Amino acid sequence: MVYHNPDGVMIGLEIHVQLNKLNTKMFCGCSTKYHDDEPNTHVCPVCLGLPGSLPVINERAVESAMKIGLALNCDIVPQTQFHRKNYFYPDLPKGFQTTQYDFPIASEGKVVIEGEDGEHVIGITRAHMEEDPGRLVHIGSIDKSKGTMIDYNRSGMALIEIVSEPDMRSPKEARRFLDKLRNIIDYLDVCDTTLEGAMRFDANVSIGGGSRAEVKNISSHKGAERALLFEIVRQKNLLRRGGTVVQETRHFDEARGVTISLRTKEQEHDYRYFPEPDLVPMRVADRTAKVVETLPELPDAKRERFTKEYGMADMHAKALTSEIRIADYYEEVAAKVDAKICTPWVADVLKGELNYRDLTIESYTVDDMVEIIGMVTQDKITEKSAVEVIRTILDSGGSAGDIVKEKGLIKVEDDVVSTAVAEVIRENEAAVVDYRGGKEQSLNFLVGQVMKKTRGRADAREAREMVLESLNK
Amino acid sequence: MSKAKWMGISKVRENIAASSSEEVTASYLDTISKSKINGYVTINEGAIARAQDIDNGKEGKGHDGVLAGVPIAIKDNISTKGIQTTCSSKILQGYVPPYNAHVIERLLDAGAVILGKTNMDEFAMGTSTESSHYGTTLNPWDHERVPGGSSGGSAAVVAAGEAPISLGSDTGGSVRCPAAFCGVVGLKPTYGGISRYGLISYANSLEQIGPIATNVSDIATIMDVIGGHDLRDSTSIRQEIAYQDSLVDDVSGLKIGVPDEYFAEGIDEGVEKSVWAAIQKFEDMGATWEKVSMPHTKYALPAYYVTAMSEASSNLARFDGTRYGHVEQGENWHVMASRTRAKGFGEEVKRRILLGTYALSAGYHDKYYLKALKVRTLVKQDFDKALSNVDVLMAPTMPAPAFKIGEKIEDPLALYLTDVNTVPINLAGVPSISMPCGLVDGLPVGLQIIGKHFDESTIMRAAYSFEQNTDHLTKRPAGVE
Repeated sequence: MVYHNPDGVMIGLEIHVQLNKLNTKMFCGCSTKYHDDEPNTHVCPVCLGLPGSLPVINERAVESAMKIGLALNCDIVPQTQFHRKNYFYPDLPKGFQTTQYDFPIASEGKVVIEGEDGEHVIGITRAHMEEDPGRLVHIGSIDKSKGTMIDYNRSGMALIEIVSEPDMRSPKEARRFLDKLRNIIDYLDVCDTTLEGAMRFDANVSIGGGSRAEVKNISSHKGAERALLFEIVRQKNLLRRGGTVVQETRHFDEARGVTISLRTKEQEHDYRYFPEPDLVPMRVADRTAKVVETLPELPDAKRERFTKEYGMADMHAKALTSEIRIADYYEEVAAKVDAKICTPWVADVLKGELNYRDLTIESYTVDDMVEIIGMVTQDKITEKSAVEVIRTILDSGGSAGDIVKEKGLIKVEDDVVSTAVAEVIRENEAAVVDYRGGKEQSLNFLVGQVMKKTRGRADAREAREMVLESLNK
Repeated sequence: MSKAKWMGISKVRENIAASSSEEVTASYLDTISKSKINGYVTINEGAIARAQDIDNGKEGKGHDGVLAGVPIAIKDNISTKGIQTTCSSKILQGYVPPYNAHVIERLLDAGAVILGKTNMDEFAMGTSTESSHYGTTLNPWDHERVPGGSSGGSAAVVAAGEAPISLGSDTGGSVRCPAAFCGVVGLKPTYGGISRYGLISYANSLEQIGPIATNVSDIATIMDVIGGHDLRDSTSIRQEIAYQDSLVDDVSGLKIGVPDEYFAEGIDEGVEKSVWAAIQKFEDMGATWEKVSMPHTKYALPAYYVTAMSEASSNLARFDGTRYGHVEQGENWHVMASRTRAKGFGEEVKRRILLGTYALSAGYHDKYYLKALKVRTLVKQDFDKALSNVDVLMAPTMPAPAFKIGEKIEDPLALYLTDVNTVPINLAGVPSISMPCGLVDGLPVGLQIIGKHFDESTIMRAAYSFEQNTDHLTKRPAGVE
């Protein structure tokens, strides 16, 4: 199957990743752990841009940036170079943003995603380091707020901006790319992607080789897909009506699911980039090898290892490695029980139940998983009961042992089943006659009666065999 | 004791030992209160209390410091915690920094007492201190003349006996020019020699903080306190210079280069004579001299101004009335910021911001900003080449003595041209000291001694020797003992 991309859709993405796992900001010693604190409490002369303050490069931030670059198969620049991007805005305390321009820390990489027609390569143009501005805060909605307040806690946080080539051919591919990227970032342990503002997106969209529109203010993967779907339809409709798509910047209104024009090409800022005189180039070429050593096993490599090491199907390996926490969880479980047995329990059952409830893997402990699989393999409970226990724990908590006891899920002994079988055969003569006369469905009816008598605690397969045995006597 | 006096650090310390820092400080404050030269923008109201603390040994560390109890004046673009710092601009009126510049921390650790903040050209943009929002400072030698700039206040108060020592900053000559015009000694150290942390940037790739004093030894003492590496300034360099040790009266074998280009057309005859007499004196003292060629000197001035203005246009973007300083109201943030900047900045600052913005704009960036960077490289090469054959270069600091107040302020270009001998040094990043080498019509002439990167020792040795063997540094303005 080949995807023909009928509308000639080209999507490129820019992703801002906030390095919130660093201890300190990009150019000063302020703590990055401001998310639960009062506004303007994690600030100093440097991130407030006070007159006379000077930036100092956070070497850990550079290492994190190198990690991201290397994980995206990029080339790493031999030495860092920062530039100033000049523009006026109240959240920008220096009147310029310290960023990278023509020498980004990483460039020319690639990421492989599950595309419309199988594996699809997305080029990574560059990844560069920069600082986050502060945050504007309004009381209520922007139009009703009496004024604008500025919180500089975020000011100076280290950001990595990843820019992709326009290689995505559909909103679905864009979302897959974002999922993959977030997965890689999670693996690298450089960003807590669950925190507010940890990842932010802009998208470039064009169709049929026309001008591209840049869509800003996208805050989620789902939002990206919706914004792109809207934007493609908008451009198509425009062309159908004989109009032309102009190069412009558009704003995504998440609540309404539409994009609105912000400014056209003529109104674009001239940022007057020039090299930041307060920072000297930092040589990183000789550090690259060391950073490579610190790189964890990345999703694609882990997926391959899982199929080999645990003998699982690629489908399972993919599901288990789609999130670092699930992969780690799986390996913890697999270390304690038979890997082959636990694979479907984690990859299919647990993941399915979690997705259904929109829960994360932390909701179900490794110990509970190990215990429940143990019960099944020791034939203490049925598979059906095991699923019930998992659901109960996810819905209302409790321990596996207690739930099994409370619900009376321990499998009944064989003699109870055989008594039930004997009773059922005695009480349902007609069905027995029908079966012997060649009516296969009667067997199901008889097995059902046995299950009813044992209130489901019998193993259905075993009950069936015992009924058959009695009938064939 | 209230009569204005030239006192070096050692004399000040003797007086403190004989009386107290409080008394010495009070005497300077008294002199300042009677001053007519407008050298200070802000007086440190905590000066006496600080002096008392030093006297009482409350500042344990400071008390033992080489500047224990010694008053000092600080240029108004160096951040002083708790003392208003305005860069002589309206836009920073009322701004009191919550932190100290690196050099201030070092000075306080050494026991210094800050007298106040000295007047300057607004944001250090000027050669005369006339662009200050707080009025011009008068030259102590002639009150009708400018003290030079931009650190005009810092040089004038030292020359007028209103402070024994001071700090200035030198972006294109801003320490050396006023030192020359006011007949005192001023050093622009090698770029990276002193931390700029806390120095309010005008053109960061060019500027350095520098000391001003009445003698060469004091320059060494201050440099030993404020010089050296600081983690908070990435451009500061780990390079220790033993300033005290360079105070040796011996220039035998010293090779002096004299660049013809620094005696260009338009140079004042008296200045030329004084500088040549100084070079002859060095020869008498055992040095040798030869002419050197620095062919790109004539391009240095435009390259300097394009670079400085470009950087300034960005550095001064933060003054928008949002967080500190002067603010004008407006119906929205952009109007507020625009009005604040329109009313808060003076003419010269606005001119440089606009020219710098222009030079960095798309379509002009390569023609101006990049071109200036290339010229800068050529100017640097001139210095590297010249200084590979000689130990130091000597030239006039300024092509003429102090001009009259109002004489050039309406003609920015004429004013820019007076920086012709000082700006190449900043483009190259090399150190240079300016010291008096004579008087022309009663006005001081500055001799500039330029050295190799981080070779302050050699220029200090030359300057010290010249001081020891001449009487130029005994000349004082009228009314100052």
